[in-house]
Amino acid sequence: MAPGEAELRLRERLGRLRSLPLLGRTGLSGELERLERQLERLEAEPTDEEIWRSVELARHPDRPYTLDYVQRLLDDFVELHGDRGRADDQAVVTGLGRFDGRTVALVGHQKGRDIRERTTRNFGMPYPEGYRKAMRIMALADRHGFPLLSLVDTPGAYPGVAAEQHGQGGAIARSQAVMARLGVPTVAVIIGEGGSGGAIALALSDRVLMQEHAIYSVITPEGCAAILWRDAGEARKAAAAFKPDAKHCLELGVIDGIVPEPAGGAQTDADAAATFLGESIAEALEELDGVSGDELRRRRRARFRSMGVFAAPRAV
Amino acid sequence: MPPVSSRIDVSIEHKNAPEPPERSHPNTCPGCDSHYRDDELEAHLWVCPQCGHYFPMRARSRIAHLADEGSFVESSADLRSEDPLQFFDLRPYTERLAEAEVSTGLGEAMVTGAATIEERPCELAVMDFAFMGGSMGSVVGEKFSRACDAAAERGVPVIAVTASGGARMQEGILSLMQLPKTVCAVEDLHDAGGALFTVMAHPTTAGVLASFASLGDVLVAEPGALIAFTGPRVVQQTTREKLPEDFALSEQNLRFGHLDAIVPRPDLRLYLARLLRLFRNGAG
Repeated sequence: MAPGEAELRLRERLGRLRSLPLLGRTGLSGELERLERQLERLEAEPTDEEIWRSVELARHPDRPYTLDYVQRLLDDFVELHGDRGRADDQAVVTGLGRFDGRTVALVGHQKGRDIRERTTRNFGMPYPEGYRKAMRIMALADRHGFPLLSLVDTPGAYPGVAAEQHGQGGAIARSQAVMARLGVPTVAVIIGEGGSGGAIALALSDRVLMQEHAIYSVITPEGCAAILWRDAGEARKAAAAFKPDAKHCLELGVIDGIVPEPAGGAQTDADAAATFLGESIAEALEELDGVSGDELRRRRRARFRSMGVFAAPRAV
Repeated sequence: MPPVSSRIDVSIEHKNAPEPPERSHPNTCPGCDSHYRDDELEAHLWVCPQCGHYFPMRARSRIAHLADEGSFVESSADLRSEDPLQFFDLRPYTERLAEAEVSTGLGEAMVTGAATIEERPCELAVMDFAFMGGSMGSVVGEKFSRACDAAAERGVPVIAVTASGGARMQEGILSLMQLPKTVCAVEDLHDAGGALFTVMAHPTTAGVLASFASLGDVLVAEPGALIAFTGPRVVQQTTREKLPEDFALSEQNLRFGHLDAIVPRPDLRLYLARLLRLFRNGAG
């Protein structure tokens, strides 16, 4: 068991309780309070230092990438290539494999390990073609009833001339729309950098998990610092302000659970990291077993439609 | 190969905001230096009568222009942003919100409500770039979602007029979640048989382009509007690529197949009325 796992599970339960509608007016609020007090005792908020440590670990050059997990978790993996229109974007990996005794479809961002592969993989930053390839595999999964597994690890969608000309914004929007319509169970795990639109394009899923040291954010710390502090060097301050770490994402109800990593981070032991990841994915898929396609869709949309925090003085 | 700075992906926030012209008055035309009073520009729909430059159009003016007189009934007007992260950069988020509310007279960056255009009913969701760069936080996401629901219930189309720098950084990951939220709202609308028409005004970028704006059944833009996931400045900075002359403008987007039409502002009302007639599902 990884250190602090009790706390992670507690926060996980809290996140779930909080995400239930009308919580304040039901008997559950007692349990929520109890859990919250317990949590306060267990550990205070992650410190700014801990948040920055997650940013560093999420980007660690030795961190396992999508194909490292595929190799350890999926049997009979067959990679599928190309968007059937223009290109085969190497920043996105798609395919089919056996997981836990059943066929699943996989979509995931892929970063490179050495300079050459990094270039081929475009640092894990997809062009619209990458998202169109992913959409093709999503449709395939839907057609054949395969659950869809997303592994998310990107600094963001690629910000280039051709990417714009080929419709980056529209591709990200449509990829989400396809995911909102799927009638098969879907699980997404942020395994490194969950960079903004480039990440959510593959993560509109029934269950969204994050590895302990992954980050999920609307903008990179450097980007945020460059805009709000007018100095990209203030990235630590920016990260501390927008809190991209897994614990905060869980508290805000954005994710359903945290996948433990081996002590020191996933890069210290890819096998152990894969074991934890596999267990969490299996558990999530099990929870979704037997739920009809219509019901999955309904719950998935209701969940994402409930996201946000705002005030309505004259409550409706 | 992208330089190391490619990590600096500022693809979703305000960087697409046009640089404020150096201390010149907002009613001075950047195209031809002509200067106008508010009422003169209002009478010309905020298009320069001399050179045709498009000034930004505020949400209230837009609604007054598009909706039949007296037909607009605003909804969700009382929704206000909260500050879930107690976000503080150089200034607190709450202060920026208060300032935006005072300076724009709006509660948020989107105004929604029921209206008729040439007597055809619709639901309007109009963004205002003057409110924190038209950035999309929880309230914009919620207002848009409610507009979709109201439209589905009344069996009328939604017309979204977008002008946005993207997601609102100050709400952190929750602002990113407004992308899937609004996408789900559009999908629910579509399942209910409803339609969405998007009018992209300058600028429509990042998180708004990468969510509901791109999902319209019909997508049109105003001439010369910047329509990009990542704006030219950031593309230039991160890739050092040479930018084509009309990079990411409406005209290029039309040429590459991302838009159905470019509609000049004075023609927009009748164009939308025609769409509303075409999508009326046999009624009326």
